[in-house]
Amino acid sequence: MQNLKKARLVLQDGTVYEGTSFGYEKSVSGEVVFYTAMTGYPESLTDPSYKGQILVPTYPMIGNYGVPVDDQENGVSKFFESDKIHCTALIISDYSFAYSHWNSQKSLGQWLKEQQIPGLFGIDTRALTKKLREHGAMLGRIEFDNISIPFYDPNENNIVDEVSTREVIEYGHGKYKVILVDCGVKYNIIRCLLKRDVTIKRVPWNYDFTREACDGYFLSNGPGDPAKCDVTIEHIKKILAGDKPIMGICLGNQLMARAAGASTYKLKYGHRSHNQPVMQPGSNRCYITSQNHGFAIDDKTLPEEWEPLFVNVNDGTNEGIRHKTKPFFSAQFHPEASSGPVDTEYLFDEFIENIRKYSK
Amino acid sequence: MKEINKILLLGSGALKIGQAGEFDYSGSQALKAIREEGKYSVLINPNIATVQTSEGVADKIYYLPVTPEYVEKVIQKERPDGILLSFGGQTALNCGVELYQKGVLEKYDVQVLGTPVQAIIDTEDREIFAGKLREIGVKTPRSIAANNMEEALAAAKELGFPIIVRAAYTLGGLGSGFCSNEEELRKLAASAFSYSPQILVEESLKGWKEVEYEVVRDQYDNCITVCNMENFDPLGIHTGESIVVAPSQTLSNSEYHKLRAIAIKIIRHIGIVGECNVQYTLDPNSEDYRVIEVNARLSRSSALASKATGYPLAFVAAKLGLGYGLHEIKNSVTKVTTACFEPALDYVVCKIPRWDLNKFEGVSKLIGSSMKSVGEIMAIGRTFEEAIQKGLRMVGQGMHGFVGNKIEIPDVDEELVNPTDKRIFAIAEAFDKGYDVDKIHEMTRIDRWFLQRLQNIHHLKNELNKYSTITGVSSVLLRKAKQMGFSDFQIGRLAIKNDRLTAHQKMLEVREYRKGLGILPCIKQIDTLAGEYPAMTNYLYATYNGTENDIQYEHDGRSVIVLGSGAYRIGSSVEFDWCGVSALNTIKKMGYRSVMINYNPETVSTDYDTCDRLYFDELSFERVMDIVEFEEPKGVIVSTGGQIPNNLAMRLNGQHVNILGTSAESIDRAEDRQKFSTMCDQLGIDQPRWKELTSLEDIYKFVDEVGFPLLIRPSYVLSGAAMNVVSNKEELVHFLELAAEVSKDHPVVVTEFIEQAKEVEIDAVAQNGEIKVYAISEHVEFAGVHSGDATIVFPAQKLYVETMRRIKKIARAIAKELNISGPFNMQFLAKDNDIKVIECNLRASRSFPFVSKVLKFNFIEMATRIMLGEHVKELNKSVFDLDYVGVKASQFSFARLLKADPVLGVDMSSTGEVGCIGENYYEAILKSMISVGHRIPEKNILISSGPSRSKVELLNSTRMLIDKGYTIFATAGTAKFFAENNIEVTVLHWPDEEKEPNIMDYLRNQKIDLVINIPKNHTKRELDNGYKIRRAAVDYNIPLITNARLASAFIYAICKVDKDDIAIKSWDEYK
Repeated sequence: MQNLKKARLVLQDGTVYEGTSFGYEKSVSGEVVFYTAMTGYPESLTDPSYKGQILVPTYPMIGNYGVPVDDQENGVSKFFESDKIHCTALIISDYSFAYSHWNSQKSLGQWLKEQQIPGLFGIDTRALTKKLREHGAMLGRIEFDNISIPFYDPNENNIVDEVSTREVIEYGHGKYKVILVDCGVKYNIIRCLLKRDVTIKRVPWNYDFTREACDGYFLSNGPGDPAKCDVTIEHIKKILAGDKPIMGICLGNQLMARAAGASTYKLKYGHRSHNQPVMQPGSNRCYITSQNHGFAIDDKTLPEEWEPLFVNVNDGTNEGIRHKTKPFFSAQFHPEASSGPVDTEYLFDEFIENIRKYSK
Repeated sequence: MKEINKILLLGSGALKIGQAGEFDYSGSQALKAIREEGKYSVLINPNIATVQTSEGVADKIYYLPVTPEYVEKVIQKERPDGILLSFGGQTALNCGVELYQKGVLEKYDVQVLGTPVQAIIDTEDREIFAGKLREIGVKTPRSIAANNMEEALAAAKELGFPIIVRAAYTLGGLGSGFCSNEEELRKLAASAFSYSPQILVEESLKGWKEVEYEVVRDQYDNCITVCNMENFDPLGIHTGESIVVAPSQTLSNSEYHKLRAIAIKIIRHIGIVGECNVQYTLDPNSEDYRVIEVNARLSRSSALASKATGYPLAFVAAKLGLGYGLHEIKNSVTKVTTACFEPALDYVVCKIPRWDLNKFEGVSKLIGSSMKSVGEIMAIGRTFEEAIQKGLRMVGQGMHGFVGNKIEIPDVDEELVNPTDKRIFAIAEAFDKGYDVDKIHEMTRIDRWFLQRLQNIHHLKNELNKYSTITGVSSVLLRKAKQMGFSDFQIGRLAIKNDRLTAHQKMLEVREYRKGLGILPCIKQIDTLAGEYPAMTNYLYATYNGTENDIQYEHDGRSVIVLGSGAYRIGSSVEFDWCGVSALNTIKKMGYRSVMINYNPETVSTDYDTCDRLYFDELSFERVMDIVEFEEPKGVIVSTGGQIPNNLAMRLNGQHVNILGTSAESIDRAEDRQKFSTMCDQLGIDQPRWKELTSLEDIYKFVDEVGFPLLIRPSYVLSGAAMNVVSNKEELVHFLELAAEVSKDHPVVVTEFIEQAKEVEIDAVAQNGEIKVYAISEHVEFAGVHSGDATIVFPAQKLYVETMRRIKKIARAIAKELNISGPFNMQFLAKDNDIKVIECNLRASRSFPFVSKVLKFNFIEMATRIMLGEHVKELNKSVFDLDYVGVKASQFSFARLLKADPVLGVDMSSTGEVGCIGENYYEAILKSMISVGHRIPEKNILISSGPSRSKVELLNSTRMLIDKGYTIFATAGTAKFFAENNIEVTVLHWPDEEKEPNIMDYLRNQKIDLVINIPKNHTKRELDNGYKIRRAAVDYNIPLITNARLASAFIYAICKVDKDDIAIKSWDEYK
């Protein structure tokens, strides 16, 4: 048996779990969150929305199919959701030292080491998940060699600034021009737009895009508390006064709501999974969606001219909003999936359709 | 839409290979959904041993064949508003399609609920199906028909090598195979064209992965996939023959969701309302895929998916059929979330098939594209290693996991390339021989990930093997072993080298040491949402990959643990599930906490709402002890789950576990042949003479004493059946030399075999040694046919009153001597009122549900009340009060078992049974025989009547057939005998005589409607003409009877009872 280093996960409430390291060996701290998806660790780890978080997949065996090659296509990585791993650490039950897949290039452990991300296995992730479910999301830290660093709460910082692009980048040569406000965008949003004949202008979260020529706006996903993005919210307020089509996803949904005047709040432990059912109010249509968020819109605070677009069937929380008359809508879940089910990708078509109608 | 108030549900009939207990589970769930809606349900299912045909499940039950003819009669009588077709397997589906096509459903205005029949037809026909999928751009395997060599070569060119050639219209895959180049194709095609005018040239997808999705759709077009599953074995091995894991392990997110999205596209396009399953094959080197099959009904896979996820697929599918939307149904595990979601698992399940190929003479042991397994198990763990090692033990064929077994694989390479039921153990041996993962992958095409995980187990075994005492093993290593699913037994065998200790002692030593180190399993819940929401139900498993229990125990001593029956196998199936469920229901009724331990995904007893706590886990001494230590129960019931729990009684008792009912010592006195015999001698009860012998000389000496024929039961069998009857010295020598080992370590039990004796059974329940209820039934066949294969009549119709009296007396004496409190069963031979005991089991037997339902008194409920200490009154109901007769008939699956000789013997070979009720003996015989696939012959009957005794037996019945206008064909000897008795028949020549008219031509051309072929002796080894006739009958789907007594009974029945006189009466109408 290999000689592997032990390390501890310490929660804010004092609970200690001992695990064995398979990633980079350094002490870190962040917000501990669980997610229940059974596939897609390369996508999740590179999802900027997980910035500052210690990730706990509930599926016990992780690493089975290794890590894919890092090919590029149309200016973005083909298999990852950004250029690097964004979460703070990974906590799992059982690590697959050996891996097998035609598209894999290295093991998960090797990748974590390269990216300097700690990973621990041998922890009862179900027990940990139940604790997070009962107490709500908690801060935690990983301690190597008994070196402990202070707890760190990502939601008290502007972490969007850490994951957003520093410069303006253009993608594609499509018929319609869309401003993509990058609060920590997942590459699959870019891929989904490029597939639909769009030129994308990706701008930083605090960039003033309100005077740019374009056919529509896209508000991306991103990490942390939407209240920290006041600059973006101010810009959105301006474009809400106009009537160019807008679509938002996840943090984009929350920013749109705040710009419209509604408020947002922190969920007890959030939704992080591939199996969340959402319904369109007043219909019998239900969709299975991929989700990753810790904050939500308070429906009751939505202004008169706005309405919920989707509702979570399990807990009744808001899953999207739309303007009653203008072509503005957003989803709390991830229609671009990756990882997760692709059932709601049609929302991109609706956005493009709104642009087509508007451009006429 | 009209209002639906009365709903007819078609069951699946007798269990057979490919269609087993899973449909009792799905039907029961559907009936529960109907009941919850306040609708009236009518069920047709002749399988009397099922839970769904019990009181309180359906409102009305018909024990009738699930064929268009009988279903139409029931429809005519009941006039249901709607019908559910997708809960009774292929039998119900085919029957429903036929009723639809004949216009019966329209005629009686019966609405098909759920998936429309046209959608079913679209998935059943290969051509239509491929066309349908082409419309939406979904790929199916490419296949081109060729009528000559040129066309075949052109087709191969278009598809590219390698290809598969399939000869159309042949049986058993004659002329089919793989070709990797033109030369091979020319050779194979030439041979294929000699069998068949047309061949199919198909692209070869050999070595591709096999993946399944269970998909659900409602009338609002909402779709979900409840589960995906990945086969351990690559394409080429039937999914029913494969080890299967859920969820998939080697698929990336992109592959998983690509196939998921296609599954949803398909279900929408076909228009399913309810559940269907989509089977794919996936290229291991790209994201290329093909759809292999879509089943527009509940299936074995959907039952597995239900158990694997906790999502009640059948229940939900039934509700969708009644018009609900997915979002309108609650998740029955969490009770707060919706059924419109996809379960998230935080564990892995592993399904492993159970084969019983040793029970059949002549059958090929290779596993491939047709299904041969008779049952399956599901193991749950938090690593693959843990799940598969648990699973390999659960299969119950003497294996202790992946390693640490005593098994010999003569040719490992051959086994890896051409797998049999032993393949997984060949992989273990390959690792021992130093093969690496890549080499095994090359030979088996099993994904490296699975092999790597198995190699982890292999490495750990080598680590353990370095020790000679358990105390030398470190806590770290021991925990690692437990996390990889090693049992204490396995660890003891590997790490303790002291040969003076028995295996059980070694295991106890490991257990004690392990507990001392605090290495204990923990109990986790299956909650469908991976812990995201609190779960209200208690669907549990044990794992060493965790540190915390999900359950808080009450320690109130009110738990009653029922041990289940494990994998379905020949000799133990749905009847024990019924017994277990009956026990659980009674425990609940009496105010105790009902706890089930079982691991068979095809059962109702493993439905988490059947009991208060379900441990989906091993029925091993170790695991039962673990659970007992957690539960601290009032006691454990070992008598309702067949032989597995029965065998645990003594060892549990040795650890002071309270065995409820009859004591473990008494169970042992009945199980131990020697002890039982001594007791019978003391009580003056007769048994056939027998001896346990260790040398050939002793056997010959015993033969001189008792003479032939003899029943031989070796303790170690080299090949073939475990038990045999021999009629002369030559057969005896042949059997012992070829099939069995005789030595001190492997003694042989030799028993006198009494011919022409009736076999009689008593099923009874006693309290403190006093019988409270009993049922005496008789076999139609004479002794020599295994009681599990025999046709059984209850109440017995043709026994002397004196015989009955004596049997009761013996049963009373034994009950008293063993102080029985609970169920028991005895079997007797009766010849001229001379009664001999041949078997005694102090547990429920296979026939308990049958006699309980015919007598309308639940034997298990009474037994459970007794075991829990309630004082019960003797049943005051005489069988003479019954104005009807029940007949239990056996279902055989020989059609699935290529080359197996379809003959009955002392070893059981049936896979299922039915039980039907009739106004009289003949009507009941007829109903039950039709229910297991017999048909009333139209015109031509072939008789080959075997030994002179059977010739005589069949004389009268043959006369009746002729009077009835049948044309009789016979083999030469039989015809000669008939002629001597003034019966004129047409002679057909034996298969090996190259003369016309030949039997084989008549069979091949379907000119015969019934074959009666009585083998000459009891050995199963005649690879001769008789075998050819029997096998051809099975292969050409012509009803076959191989027992003269049964043939005679059937003939009497068809001559005396007119088809139109068969009563269409529900169970409650028999009073």
